[in-house]
Amino acid sequence: MLNEEHEALRESVREFARDVVAPVIAKHYDDHTFPYDIVAAMGKMGLFGLPFAEEYGGMGGDYFALCLALEEIARVDSSVAITLEAAVSLGAMPIYRFGTEEQKRRWLPPLLSGEALAGFGLTEPGFGSDAGGTATRAVLDGDEWVINGAKAFITNSGTDITSFVTVTAVTGTRPDGGKELSTIIVPSGTPGFTVAPGYSKVGWCASDTHELSFEDVRVPAENLLGERGRGFAQFLRILDEGRIAIAALAVGLSQGCVDESLRYAQERHAFGQPIAGFQAIQFKIADMEKRAHLSRLAYHDAAAEMLAGRDFKRRAAIAKLYATESAVDNAREATQIHGGYGFMNEFPVARFWRDSKILEIGEGTSEIQRLVIARDLGIA
Amino acid sequence: MNIVVLVKQVPDSGSERGLAGDNTVERQSANNVINEMDEYAIEEALRIQAAEGGEVTILTMGPERAAESIRKALSMGPDKAVHVIDDALHGSCALSTSKVLAAALGTLNPDLVIAGAESTDGRVQVMPHMIAERLGIAALTGARKLTVDGGTLTIERQTEEGYEVVTAATPAVVSVWDTINEPRYPSFKGIMAAKKKPVQTLALADLGIEAGEVGFAGASSEVVEHAKRPPRQGGQKVADDGNGGAALVEFLSSEKFV
Ligand SMILES: Cc1cc2nc3c(=O)[nH]c(=O)nc-3n(C[C@H](O)[C@H](O)[C@H](O)COP(=O)(O)OP(=O)(O)OC[C@H]3O[C@@H](n4cnc5c(N)ncnc54)[C@H](O)[C@@H]3O)c2cc1C
Ligand SMILES: Cc1cc2nc3c(=O)[nH]c(=O)nc-3n(C[C@H](O)[C@H](O)[C@H](O)COP(=O)(O)OP(=O)(O)OC[C@H]3O[C@@H](n4cnc5c(N)ncnc54)[C@H](O)[C@@H]3O)c2cc1C
Repeated sequence: MLNEEHEALRESVREFARDVVAPVIAKHYDDHTFPYDIVAAMGKMGLFGLPFAEEYGGMGGDYFALCLALEEIARVDSSVAITLEAAVSLGAMPIYRFGTEEQKRRWLPPLLSGEALAGFGLTEPGFGSDAGGTATRAVLDGDEWVINGAKAFITNSGTDITSFVTVTAVTGTRPDGGKELSTIIVPSGTPGFTVAPGYSKVGWCASDTHELSFEDVRVPAENLLGERGRGFAQFLRILDEGRIAIAALAVGLSQGCVDESLRYAQERHAFGQPIAGFQAIQFKIADMEKRAHLSRLAYHDAAAEMLAGRDFKRRAAIAKLYATESAVDNAREATQIHGGYGFMNEFPVARFWRDSKILEIGEGTSEIQRLVIARDLGIA
Repeated sequence: MNIVVLVKQVPDSGSERGLAGDNTVERQSANNVINEMDEYAIEEALRIQAAEGGEVTILTMGPERAAESIRKALSMGPDKAVHVIDDALHGSCALSTSKVLAAALGTLNPDLVIAGAESTDGRVQVMPHMIAERLGIAALTGARKLTVDGGTLTIERQTEEGYEVVTAATPAVVSVWDTINEPRYPSFKGIMAAKKKPVQTLALADLGIEAGEVGFAGASSEVVEHAKRPPRQGGQKVADDGNGGAALVEFLSSEKFV
């Protein structure tokens, strides 16, 4: 399925991950620092602009190209991969898909070059999966929106180069009595918009995640993204696509576990032979490779459906579900193969293990993926 | 400025390499890449082009598979490429390689030729000098820094003790070390654009060179025999039973480290 250009891109990103990310990421992870240098280098390579048209500073590639890049980076490190994933599919993509021409021209170029980052604030302290529970409110006062509320776990929302966060908010009541949801662009530094200090996370320690609060935050009326009342439909589309990207990221982690295990099993000796000589270890690695491979096929398939303009909801959910659960399995097995060293933070597999669990939670939990699939099958 | 960058495809120095039955580098089964130093040469050319304008051309002599490396080189940004390809080239020595590359350069009229200081397979480090000699132009070799001021080139030539400042007028050949810059990674836009860039292929006949002058037939030197590098010695273990420090110093001094 990979054509020549996709293959060349994969190779280029693989070298980048090996030469630029791998040597420094463990230190960022330990110190909980955001890798600005790596972000700048990814920007230069055009990774933030991959699936966007050239007229806004994009690379003119497609969503599949983004997924390939995510896979190759996650094969080395997931903090960097999620930073790229969130920047593109949660930060820039909503503007690209739903913004007015003026909004696109104003906000996209610095995001697509990687000079700026944006976040997407959907989750709140009180709800996540149940997106209808949004409590953040926005009221139109003259030609300004006045926003009050809070958001939780928002990626890329508090870096030195974050330029805005797109937030979902209740802007009224629908004719059927339900909440009217809209999305609004809130520039960083707007008075009343406070970014809490970064969370202490189990994994993704070199990525940027914050709780946000909004107290009488005023932004111009034209910061409304797309149509008023379309918020729900907008983020559903964004999340559907995002699932393919998260699946790709999970494949990278799964494959990274295979890479590390293959190497270690041939070097480490026990009972007079490399542990790779034990069938118990061989079978573990064979299963890991199987899971990585099938996960890859699943996301390639979902991406192909999406790019063909067909309904890809079910396939995206299947890819996300299978790839992320496989990633958790692979990380657990890779750690097991590394024995005690696998429990030491200096080994990449320890990082993979800590980074794997969130994949089953973020951008729709495994339960929600099963719900999406069951709904699509007409039984939920 | 019209710049030509010499790019050689070599087996990846990070993976298993060897010689084929005829004592030439095994290229068929190898994982082939752009010679590492040549990526720095390309980067340097692109930086000069960004400042001075002009055109950057890739020149490669190599078998059919070298086309992959040419595409990759083009995806970094150069405008076009020339690929010298001819079955009779197999087994060429450094002298005949320089003859072919010089002839191809003759058709391109460069103001500046940039090469890597060394390839990771042949490693003879003489290609830039030989080419300059054949073209009758200056050779500024082993640069860690290159500045262009109109028609004057200045390099800092890296030496073991420090560096020497050397200047020459264009046209000239400059060879570079990996200390000179940080090569870019191809972007997707660059990869897409590379597909459409012209790659001209030239055979020996196009360069007015006879098959007998190059390859095994014309080789001035020949690899007659080769052997694998002997495996590393086991090393010496020093057990610290009170006099470990002294034993260590003794070992270091016996190896002339202290
Ligand atoms: C590091 C990190 C980064 C994040 N980045 C972002 C971001 O950039 N933007 C953003 O908006 N959000 C972000 N999130 C939030 C993430 O998307 C949510 O945590 C996730 O959607 C789950 O929501 P929740 O935490 O509220 O869990 P809940 O929804 O409270 O779920 C708790 C449990 O109940 C289960 N559950 C809920 N409903 C059902 C049901 N109907 N049937 C069966 N089981 C159910 C869930 O599957 C889960 O197991 C991030 C989270 C983390 C940890
Ligand atoms: C084990 C071994 C031993 C050898 N011994 C000898 C020997 O004793 N005498 C001898 O004459 N030859 C010898 N050769 C062959 C010689 O290495 C090759 O003929 C080769 O063409 C010379 O180039 P190099 O890569 O060593 O050049 P270098 O001078 O190391 O290369 C410097 C730069 O020149 C450019 N360049 C080199 N080759 C090309 C090319 N084909 N296309 C484009 N640009 C290029 C690149 O920019 C490169 O970075 C040997 C080869 C091997 C494998």
